[in-house]
Amino acid sequence: MASVSLTVNGKKQTVNVQPDTPLLWVLRDTLGLTGTKYGCGIGACGSCTVHIDGEPTRSCATPILSCEGKSVLTIEGLEHDGHLHPVQEAWIEEDVPQCGYCQSGMIMSAVALLKQKKNPTDADINDALSANLCRCGTYNRVRKAIHLAAKKGGAL
Amino acid sequence: MTISVNRRDFMKIAGGAGAGLVLAFYLPSKAREFLSKPTDEGFAPNVWLSIDLGGRVTITVAKSEMGQGPRTYFPMIVAEELEADWKLIRTQQADADPTKYGNQHTGGSTGVRTSWDKLRKAGATAREMLISAAAARWNVDRSTCYAEQGTVIHRPTKRSLSYGDLADDASKVPVPENPPLKDPKDFKIVGTWVPQLETPDRSTGKAMFGNDIKVPGMLYASLARCPVFGGNVAHYDATKAKAVPGVRNVVQIDNGIAVLADSTWAAMQGRQALDITWDKGPNAALSSDTIRKMFEEYASKDGVVAETEGDVEKAFANGSKTVDAVYELPYVSHSPMEPMDCLADVRADRCEIWVPSQSPQGAQDIASRITGLSMANVTVHVTLLGGGFGRRLDNDYVEEAVKISQAAGAPVQLLWTREDDMMHDMYRPASRHIVRGAVDNSGNLVGWSYKMVGPSISGQRNPENHRDGMDRSALSAAVDLPYSVPNLLVRYVMANTAVPIGAWRSVYASQNVFVVESFIDELAHKAGKDPVEFRLRMMDKSPRLKKLVEVVAEKSGWKKQLPKGVGRGIACSSCFGSHVAEVAEVSVEDGVINVHRVVVAVDCGIGVAPNTLEAQVEGAVVLALTAALKGEITFENGQTKQSNFDAYPLMTIGEMPNVEVHIVNSYEPLGGIGEPALPPAAPAVFNAVFSATGKRVRRLPVTRLA
Repeated sequence: MASVSLTVNGKKQTVNVQPDTPLLWVLRDTLGLTGTKYGCGIGACGSCTVHIDGEPTRSCATPILSCEGKSVLTIEGLEHDGHLHPVQEAWIEEDVPQCGYCQSGMIMSAVALLKQKKNPTDADINDALSANLCRCGTYNRVRKAIHLAAKKGGAL
Repeated sequence: MTISVNRRDFMKIAGGAGAGLVLAFYLPSKAREFLSKPTDEGFAPNVWLSIDLGGRVTITVAKSEMGQGPRTYFPMIVAEELEADWKLIRTQQADADPTKYGNQHTGGSTGVRTSWDKLRKAGATAREMLISAAAARWNVDRSTCYAEQGTVIHRPTKRSLSYGDLADDASKVPVPENPPLKDPKDFKIVGTWVPQLETPDRSTGKAMFGNDIKVPGMLYASLARCPVFGGNVAHYDATKAKAVPGVRNVVQIDNGIAVLADSTWAAMQGRQALDITWDKGPNAALSSDTIRKMFEEYASKDGVVAETEGDVEKAFANGSKTVDAVYELPYVSHSPMEPMDCLADVRADRCEIWVPSQSPQGAQDIASRITGLSMANVTVHVTLLGGGFGRRLDNDYVEEAVKISQAAGAPVQLLWTREDDMMHDMYRPASRHIVRGAVDNSGNLVGWSYKMVGPSISGQRNPENHRDGMDRSALSAAVDLPYSVPNLLVRYVMANTAVPIGAWRSVYASQNVFVVESFIDELAHKAGKDPVEFRLRMMDKSPRLKKLVEVVAEKSGWKKQLPKGVGRGIACSSCFGSHVAEVAEVSVEDGVINVHRVVVAVDCGIGVAPNTLEAQVEGAVVLALTAALKGEITFENGQTKQSNFDAYPLMTIGEMPNVEVHIVNSYEPLGGIGEPALPPAAPAVFNAVFSATGKRVRRLPVTRLA
């Protein structure tokens, strides 16, 4: 067992788990943050995307030991002062989700993209979300919502 | 609580003063059967609607929500007739209960179709009762009152009362027998773009899927199954697995060894540490090659005739031009983003299950049979489904979870890994199609022979029902073509294998329409006709679909010149009660097929919920094109070779075409929309590929055009 201290959504946490446990399962099983999803376990589908020190990261392929001292942001941490993140607002306005399972990962990737590029092009979006898989067919609305979020000031 | 039942099909529950109005309906044809039962308990309403004193309307949704929208279209239909205030609408998901909700099976694109009449009538009944209550309160003629936006208004005086104010009084009003239904032309909610009620939760991580549910004392389980179909455990040693920190128990069930642990990761690690010797069973030599050879061999069989017209041999002899072709489609997986999972808690006297299932009553039935508990003592809660596409019509994972919980004596959350999900799917079957067509000198299609060789889903599961070698469902959309062909022969050769197969969005139409519509395109070119004109000339017997072909041709600019290297293709089909025509525009660069645009015209009677309808069409196009352009499931040594998205890639955002949806309301009886837009997508794309390159694709998938 390893004791790992990290910040999750602004809150300091110390967890005692096996050192090779992926961050995904610490979030879901230990901390009860189930908004981050398991889709493939090999970092190929993007459902488990969170930010570690601001970088979009596949939590299913990130051992908890590597998170010592790091700051993790999950879908549950996007709300600020009771307000949804502009990306979430855009998501709701465009009514993006179908089944919804991949959407937390999509949103986290979109938030990271908008931090880097305030007005991403279609090509930027294709590139940044190329490994966020959706089986239901939300891609066109995802694209629309990202453009809308950019207009709303999505980098906030 | 008192329950009063009117003569026909309605029940009103009066829970005493202050409870508001609670209505429960059983509205399809079997109403009398239930009503004849003597006790209140035997009455089986399947639409529940309540209005509390705050005016909040709660609608119980008895279909499973997997993104296709019942938690939004159920309330839309009720609210339309109820004249409800949309902001005060709530839903709750129904547990499995066949006596209470009728059939909760969520498949076959039946959701709107089977719910439409009863939901409308439920809303209209409540509306009329609320109007009566208001008229009585004001002591005025009820014909001077009308309902609007969750209130009843007295027209002459403009007085109004909210539904919340009226709910208690309304619960005492006699139930109207035949409440008037609105003229569809007056619809204000149905047919409009209504945001899905689930979207905020799905955008904030709050939406609860199967594997998000936790109960006290729960253990996480991972199950090792034999990778070879039909194989099982010969012997095993759990010593190392039990030594993995966090592992609490190891149990054997009839199809594998389950490791139970304090966390998902520990369960997975414990499973890795199991030392299992497999008995591979009778299918260890099965491979895609052996299956393909079998199909090739079976293709020479006569097969069983499903449909015949005229004299097809004579037509081929007399036809001026004939075309022969063989089409092949692969096995494909469902791969919903949420892998299979189920939480089961089996106790001595009861069983409770939380599961994302398209067939909750099937889950209830399975658990009842395994545990010996009565159906009444098996509770099945339906969570949100992280995709279904037909995979969750089967409840094999429920069976496993129940058995593991029973063996371990604890609540168990069984989560399949992606590898489990991909290697133990109920795949869409592969198929081989031998087709022959003839056109005469005037360019008319005069002969059509179609032989499908492939496994039967029903035949593999219930061979005793198919001793004649026929399964008509395997020929869906291959019989009753929308085209008039004077000489026609359609046959089926059943070729069952040990590969588990099941319903995959649009089922056999996804295969047959690819072949039919590609081959029609081949024959149009052989006849020297424009593919749209060629179809339209044969479509007088299919006026709804014919109109869509015209609409989609117009909307896509069919006759407009395209840049060099870009091709346009059309396909159409009718299935699940609806009609769809699609035009695709593609270009091919270094063999890579880029689909730029898909224009879709759809007639499902009335576009009840255009928002989710459009989403369903986009989803159908994505699933179809992923299967056609991205990958296939293959087998070697009796097991599936692909186990994750690295080997079975899905279409990505950069590959997604623009999809334009044109809804044509015919006001004919409602059809489904979850599936019908899928079948024409692949043939439209490959007909466009032919137009762009002159290359005809007859075997899927095509990841790169040769």
